Amino acid sequence: MTTVIRGAALLGAKPTDVLIDDGVIVSMGRGLTGDRDIDAAGLVLLPGFVDLHTHLREPGREDAETIATGSAAAALGGFTAVHAMANTTPVADSAEIVEQVARRGAQVGLVDVRPVGAVSKGLDGETLAEIGNMARSAAAVRVFSDDGRCVHDSRLMRRALEYVKPFGGVIAQHAQDPRLADHAACAHEGELSGRLGLAGWPAVAEESIIARDVMLAEHTGSRLHVCHVSTAGSVEVIRWAKARGIAVTAEVTPHHLLLTCDVLSGYDPVYKVNPPLRPAADVEALRAGLADGTIDAVATDHAPHAAHDKDHAFGDAAFGMVGLETALGVVAETMVGTGLLDWAGVADRMSTRPAAIGRVAGQGAALEVGAPANLTLVDPAAAWTVVPAGLASKGRNTPFAGRSLPATVVATLLRGHVTVLDGALAEAAVPV
Amino acid sequence: MKHLLSAGDLSRDEALAILDTAERMHAVQTREVKKLPPLRGRTIVNLFFEDSTRTRSSFEIAGKWLSADVINVSAEGSSVSKGESLRDTVLTVAAMGVDALVVRHNASGAVARIAGWVDCHVINAGDGTHEHPTQALLDAYTLRSRLGDLTDRHVAIVGDITHSRVARSNVLLLATLGARVTLVAPPTLMPSGVHSWPCDVSWDLDDVLSGKASGDVDAVMMLRVQRERMSGGYFPTEREYAISYGLSPERLDLLGADAPVLHPGPMNRGLEISSVAADSARSMVLEQVQAGVSVRMAVLYRLLSGADEVTV
Repeated sequence: MTTVIRGAALLGAKPTDVLIDDGVIVSMGRGLTGDRDIDAAGLVLLPGFVDLHTHLREPGREDAETIATGSAAAALGGFTAVHAMANTTPVADSAEIVEQVARRGAQVGLVDVRPVGAVSKGLDGETLAEIGNMARSAAAVRVFSDDGRCVHDSRLMRRALEYVKPFGGVIAQHAQDPRLADHAACAHEGELSGRLGLAGWPAVAEESIIARDVMLAEHTGSRLHVCHVSTAGSVEVIRWAKARGIAVTAEVTPHHLLLTCDVLSGYDPVYKVNPPLRPAADVEALRAGLADGTIDAVATDHAPHAAHDKDHAFGDAAFGMVGLETALGVVAETMVGTGLLDWAGVADRMSTRPAAIGRVAGQGAALEVGAPANLTLVDPAAAWTVVPAGLASKGRNTPFAGRSLPATVVATLLRGHVTVLDGALAEAAVPV
Repeated sequence: MKHLLSAGDLSRDEALAILDTAERMHAVQTREVKKLPPLRGRTIVNLFFEDSTRTRSSFEIAGKWLSADVINVSAEGSSVSKGESLRDTVLTVAAMGVDALVVRHNASGAVARIAGWVDCHVINAGDGTHEHPTQALLDAYTLRSRLGDLTDRHVAIVGDITHSRVARSNVLLLATLGARVTLVAPPTLMPSGVHSWPCDVSWDLDDVLSGKASGDVDAVMMLRVQRERMSGGYFPTEREYAISYGLSPERLDLLGADAPVLHPGPMNRGLEISSVAADSARSMVLEQVQAGVSVRMAVLYRLLSGADEVTV
């Protein structure tokens, strides 16, 4: 069966018809016909988004999210691939676990689920996990991360960077010096944390680890990726490292692009996230860094939690926010609406570059004949209001509840297979 | 006023009204029969998630002298580890038919969050390193009893400001009452952003007590240094802390003859306060404890009876 996407603005530019057959773009132009017709007049066609940072919670916390519900949330958010973080129970530190996650992802079939392997065994921060076995497994892991924890031991970080070189792997670092920001640290260290009496999480705890790691990346000649960059100082360090030719890439979350730490004054744990929300000056620097390419990618750090893990005092509640279904809207508001990025730029930061960082075959390709039809159709003018109960994720912990976001994902195609249509999961795509 | 969550929520008039009511309540303490009828039939629960003897007893006595039924619920140990959410714990207690919850919790902001979940009155009896508004009220009461009107009076607060809910509430309330505050601590125990607080800040206790830093000091409040701060490396040794920031007999002499010395207790004698200072005629420590009952009676009375004027 062939599908025509009719009249979509490619990367926001001129309207074109795109003919898809057998999962591949076979023709582009005007007046094309197919068995199935998707009217895309007024819509923007982008390559399917690739998330470098997703917590799917399976195995271990299926009450908070499953690969099926997380995949549905991803597809609805316009994603065609997600990287499933390793901090599950058990930890994804062996070939067996990553293969299980990849297999379940393929079975659900809504997005490509790319498992991230742990850097250290059981995330213990001391001994290397079986990185080589995970890379050689059927899951073909390329991204390794202890996310949730920092690989703070310099020697372990060095070894990890060296060890992934043979297969083009990358170490995705959660930059948080645990001596400067321990497990209790929960609010940006500044005037607000001092006044509210919340344990401070200083910017330098992130910046000093990134500074060390870019030098380790230079020394080892290996690839470093920095997760969820949150401060202006971090952007500066990464900008400097890139200018020096160091193979470093970085991501920023939608919530760090939109929210400031001022929202913490009511102690609502829905705003508790790691790294913490920062002041407006940092938000500005993050937007500028994403605009000029210092920051390569938007990554959601989608972190669903059961309600009972948030119904605590701020300091006791779990860290994290859901983000897959709101990512595009937040990027549209903070980057497109402000003129910092055009739609081609959004495609680059949400698809092309993250796919390249994760070495995800078939994702993030240019919109051209012969490319796999991993596509997202966006209505740039359809604002919508975030209602937590309406999310496909099991997590209700969105910091954007009640907020209006300016753009909507209309359709998502995974290798030509329509996973989302008219903003809802396509019937044939509902996972088992 | 529905709740008392932060000293910063009190207007000058409200704060003065509580202190005035407390003065009326204080008279009860000297009576043979120490019981007043206004809260008969009302139920107050002391819901303490963190160990406390002083504050809990003080609230308990205050409630009982107003004829309320007071129940102590100790919920020590994190509800997180028990698998029960804080919300469940609190709603369970509130569902028993409670008129007021007096809450202490080891996490900042916990009491404000609880106030958002329940219909009854909520009083903050100390939340983490955030606030302890009734402590600030009893300190103001004590200061007022010695100094009179606190307008333009200068109070030095000395010690671990970073982790002190007493300091935060005192800074807010004393500013509201028109007093000047100078915070004194080593840089490691000074909260980030303290320069935006309505007070002066100094690292040098001698400069402050001698009046060199920010003018003559009318009263000094010494804060308890938690022994566990030692493991955090905030200062090298107890000895060095005592030498740098302890209220020694010599430093006591730097103060004006009438300047009272306050301490929220329990005191670490020999660390933040010398025995000479603790036992001197200027020491207000026991007056503070007395004032605690009066002030808490006033707060409970004003919140639960809804009356502004005391008719006792």
